[in-house]
Amino acid sequence: MTDQQQADLLHDEVEAGTTTGLASPSVDVTKERQNSLWSDAWGHLKRNPLFWIGAVLGLVFLLMAIVPQVFARGADPRACNLSNSQQKPSAEHWFGFDQQGCDYLANVVYGARNSLIIGLLAVLVILVLGLLVGAVTGFYGGLLDSLLSRLTDIFYAVPFILGAIVVLRSGFLGRGVAAVAVALAIFGWMTAMRLVRSQVIAVKSSDYVAAARAMGASNGRILIRHILPNAVAPVLVYTTITIGVLIAAEATLTYLGVGLQRPAISWGLQISAGQSLLRTSPHLVLFPSIILTLTVMAFIMMGDALRDALDPRQRA
Amino acid sequence: MGRYVARRLLLTIPVLLGASFLIFAMVYALPGDPIRALGGDRPLSPAVVAQLREEFNLNDPLVVQYVKYLGDLIQGDLGTDFRGREVLDTISQRLPVTIKLTVVAILIETVIGIVAGVLAGIRRNGFLDNLVLVSSTIVVSVPILVLAFVGQYVLGLQFGWFPVSGINEGWYSYLLPGLVLAAGSLAYVARLTRTSVAENMRADYVRTARAKGLPRRTVILRHTLRNSLIPVVTFIGADIGTLMGGAIVTESVFNLPGVGRAIFDSVRAQEGAVVVGIVTLLVFFFVFFNLVVDVLYAVLDPRIRYD
Repeated sequence: MTDQQQADLLHDEVEAGTTTGLASPSVDVTKERQNSLWSDAWGHLKRNPLFWIGAVLGLVFLLMAIVPQVFARGADPRACNLSNSQQKPSAEHWFGFDQQGCDYLANVVYGARNSLIIGLLAVLVILVLGLLVGAVTGFYGGLLDSLLSRLTDIFYAVPFILGAIVVLRSGFLGRGVAAVAVALAIFGWMTAMRLVRSQVIAVKSSDYVAAARAMGASNGRILIRHILPNAVAPVLVYTTITIGVLIAAEATLTYLGVGLQRPAISWGLQISAGQSLLRTSPHLVLFPSIILTLTVMAFIMMGDALRDALDPRQRA
Repeated sequence: MGRYVARRLLLTIPVLLGASFLIFAMVYALPGDPIRALGGDRPLSPAVVAQLREEFNLNDPLVVQYVKYLGDLIQGDLGTDFRGREVLDTISQRLPVTIKLTVVAILIETVIGIVAGVLAGIRRNGFLDNLVLVSSTIVVSVPILVLAFVGQYVLGLQFGWFPVSGINEGWYSYLLPGLVLAAGSLAYVARLTRTSVAENMRADYVRTARAKGLPRRTVILRHTLRNSLIPVVTFIGADIGTLMGGAIVTESVFNLPGVGRAIFDSVRAQEGAVVVGIVTLLVFFFVFFNLVVDVLYAVLDPRIRYD
């Protein structure tokens, strides 16, 4: 059979596959060994443009958070001159000036640090809480599971932003970066807990767990070495997407006036200050909004691509 | 079925109690003395402060305050704010705004989301499919806050198609805020429908329907869609509660006098009774719609039986 004929056959098969569902695109079985989930996923990820867009954007914003000086084009965000108030963007000052006459590019760039720190810190707390509660409830079951699951239901019933507003206004955490991160985590850990719990329950009665137990492995060792690794893939996807969601939530809380406060530099504060000037100086809302959106998008795109790569059932 | 519903109803009681206590406790922990703040520039006399503290039960321990509050709640009395206004009045005045906003948002997400999802799902990997996939990824990534301002600036200020704030133009004033509120869910509905339709298009019963010569339209509308919509309908049901609770930002940006804005104003003014009242109400809606969805599952999908 010539290459052309083979290609035609493959083409026919694919065509038939979309209409009848009988034949699916043939799989290359000549490969030497079966790939593991992770190398298989990486192979998939490599060819996903969404992943690369997200990864490059994420890297840029990470650098922006670490060394903002490089991106600010030599301007100091706090060196302001009132005579420049609300100037439009120019070749010299790409993002123009804000109401106080501060270089806006520098301000927007320096805002990345707080957003990323809060996103990463909050997701860390969520992971710790989610893994701990999820693993314990799923593994031990019984009364403890019932109690903690009902507790989860209670937190789950309070709308996320609303809960965070009340926590921050109550002030027992203060109003700094850590406070905002913890407030977001307090009402954000339940999904991670349910994810871990369901994975633990799904595999805890499998044969290899029984085998490990028969060989005398302790509960802790079974949980950490044999059960929790199963939850890594879904938790990784969830974590990546959640960082994006948390960054958006931080900006929202700060915009509403319960998050970070001046003199902190934050996109939420910039959008909030620009709101009343929307008619005359739309660039004050526009630029922080664009950068905020791109940051959130970077993490959600990476998470989406990861999910496609790690879940073989979703592949066409 | 009846027993299942009854059991679920019973299970929601501790959730409601716990959630309202959670909010109550945190509001109670608010710093500052709300009674003193009431006096403004002129400090109130100690006797008046003492009387007001007594009246609002501010001297009791937290749990006692909460139990007293619950006792009133059961009698339909949600308490008054510090200016003597009934919380129930505030809610009944503000709630219609939030309900209208939610109705508009749900309609938008249902109609546009399902149509886009079906168009994408029946021809997988086609142009429309990729368009829906890419645009839904983008829409999901744009924070509501940003979307609200973009909508307000472009569609409201630049083009002048929609009112920028307030509710002076009837249902029409809810269209843009509704669209903003619905956007995220809209993208999710489109994706859910797409996946579900694409899966069902390959199912045996669809092939059978086709093989017996039914027109494509009938196959898609009567066979594929009906089965594909089960997860979509349940998502939309649960989303009603989420949207009502998530309307704070939308109501703030577009200046709609709904319960979301009321919560926000009351948190700032340390009006504990108002916050607890409204949040409990929103939690109730959230739990209620989730319950409805669970029951709906059993009705829509006969393979699921609850006993």
